[in-house]
Amino acid sequence: MTEIASPATNIATGATDARVVGGSRSVGYLVGALCLAIIALMLAPLVLSFLASLKPPAEAAAVPPQYLPRSLSLANYQTVANYQAGLWTYVANSLVVATLTILFCLALAVPAGYALARYAIPFKEVFFLLILASMMIPYQAMLTPLYLMFSTLKLTNTHVGLAIVHTILQLPFSVYLMRNSFEGIPRELEEAAVMDGCSSLQILRRVFLPLVLPGMVTVSLFAFIMSWNEFIAALIFMSRETSFTVPVMLTGVSTGIFGVVDWGALQAGVIVSVVPCIGVYLLLQRYYVSGLLSGAVK
Amino acid sequence: MLATNNKYVGLLYLSPALLFVAVFVLYPLVQLVMISMTSESLLGGGEFVWFDNYLLAFSDRSFWTSFWFTVRYTLIITPILMVLGFLLALLTMQNRALNQIARGVVFLPVVIGLASSSLLWVWLFDQQVGLLNKALVDVGAIEQPMVWFNRAHLGMTAVIVSVVWKVVGFGMIIMLSGMQSISHEIVEASMIDGATYWQRVRRIILPLSARAILLATLISAIGSMLAFDQFYLMTGGAPRGQTFTSVYWIYQNSFVYFKLGYGSALSVILMVVIMAGAALQIALQRRGESA
Repeated sequence: MTEIASPATNIATGATDARVVGGSRSVGYLVGALCLAIIALMLAPLVLSFLASLKPPAEAAAVPPQYLPRSLSLANYQTVANYQAGLWTYVANSLVVATLTILFCLALAVPAGYALARYAIPFKEVFFLLILASMMIPYQAMLTPLYLMFSTLKLTNTHVGLAIVHTILQLPFSVYLMRNSFEGIPRELEEAAVMDGCSSLQILRRVFLPLVLPGMVTVSLFAFIMSWNEFIAALIFMSRETSFTVPVMLTGVSTGIFGVVDWGALQAGVIVSVVPCIGVYLLLQRYYVSGLLSGAVK
Repeated sequence: MLATNNKYVGLLYLSPALLFVAVFVLYPLVQLVMISMTSESLLGGGEFVWFDNYLLAFSDRSFWTSFWFTVRYTLIITPILMVLGFLLALLTMQNRALNQIARGVVFLPVVIGLASSSLLWVWLFDQQVGLLNKALVDVGAIEQPMVWFNRAHLGMTAVIVSVVWKVVGFGMIIMLSGMQSISHEIVEASMIDGATYWQRVRRIILPLSARAILLATLISAIGSMLAFDQFYLMTGGAPRGQTFTSVYWIYQNSFVYFKLGYGSALSVILMVVIMAGAALQIALQRRGESA
């Protein structure tokens, strides 16, 4: 658990010492108790959902319900695994869309960030603002024209199509982040590379890419989490049963078969959908928190 | 001469992103405005009707119901998120292990999907199998399990509880970063002057993290004005369409009733509202950048 805490220390530029905030010892105990209560309250929904997913189906549907399972079973996971086209089809759809989104974001944002940070381009500020401004447009309002356009291009119900929509959402943040990453690199480095006779592309590949790798990880991380979780565009653009992403499939589980909801299977589905996000976050939390702050605050 | 001085090379690197924005943002934007002035339907057909859709929107009671419902939702959830986020930031600002674990745990639901968390909470709130209902009965808050989704205000309450759980960590992290940039000298000087903890919070921490709080407020408010997933999955608009949000109503018109022209007009109206808020947010961010 202490792992979760570490990024938090990193975002602190000036560490706040406990003395400054806390008071006497009894206050310290009170604060400790409060922290424990908050931790319990925040974890409870996920823990209960996980436990429910492990109940045998009859137990998961029992009225009134019990907090803890009396016996454990993977039957709910089997139900979800065999739901319609099969869970793995939907997980694969989500993964392919997320991977394509990451690739599109990197392919567009890395050169754009490089150009914005290092080149004298006519109307540079205008172009930069134009890219950032697309962040102001709610994509929820753009779904109709995009849908019509993608129908014409035969991109509905395709991984590439949904990945493009997700890239629209994620591109401004990605460009912003990559520009900042490139700007953080000392100019002396590339001057030295030019002296050594490197071409512009060689400089980008050999000098810059290793140094902006953390920025690229952050871009990928955000693209993955957004794409994996995104719902309304997936709902509209992926209307064929075999092209559903995980959240859209879960909607199907939640409406149930003949109106009867399989609650155990639904929670198994919820767990399957949250585990990759939590896993990726725990592995790369440092990048996540710093990215969030540079996107929102700076 | 530095390779980086060649402006055409720079433009070349920038062009894919620009082209993408032109094709997938600017062009659809123009399309959106054009469709909003037609009677276009997903089933085909449609002719130019000037501003009929907009006039229709202004006299459409369902549109106003959804709009004011969204505004009400935003006005209720945003202060809750900000106050809780601020208090959680204060609590987890300390560098003790337990406080930092709390910070990590509060932030955890931010990374999971809103659809997933909505489906988790719709189960917790269920009248028959919902463990939240059971817990409320067990602690004596209610006498028997409640139906949460047959009344608009109860449905909204359930959604608010679930969304607060899901996103409160976001505001917390933003405000925390604001608090942590407050210089040590100011805080220490106030301690030498004998200020109590709450005086320090009110006079120093609160005003000096005002920009972070304002930013978190704007981001949260914009997000709430665009709410869809949580209502689609938890209330389904019930009862009788009273819990449709703006985006939900647009979705309903465009992709359920196939009234693309009308849906687009509603989209344009929503976009104008959102862009005003977003422009404010970006102005704040840029000011912070140059400061």
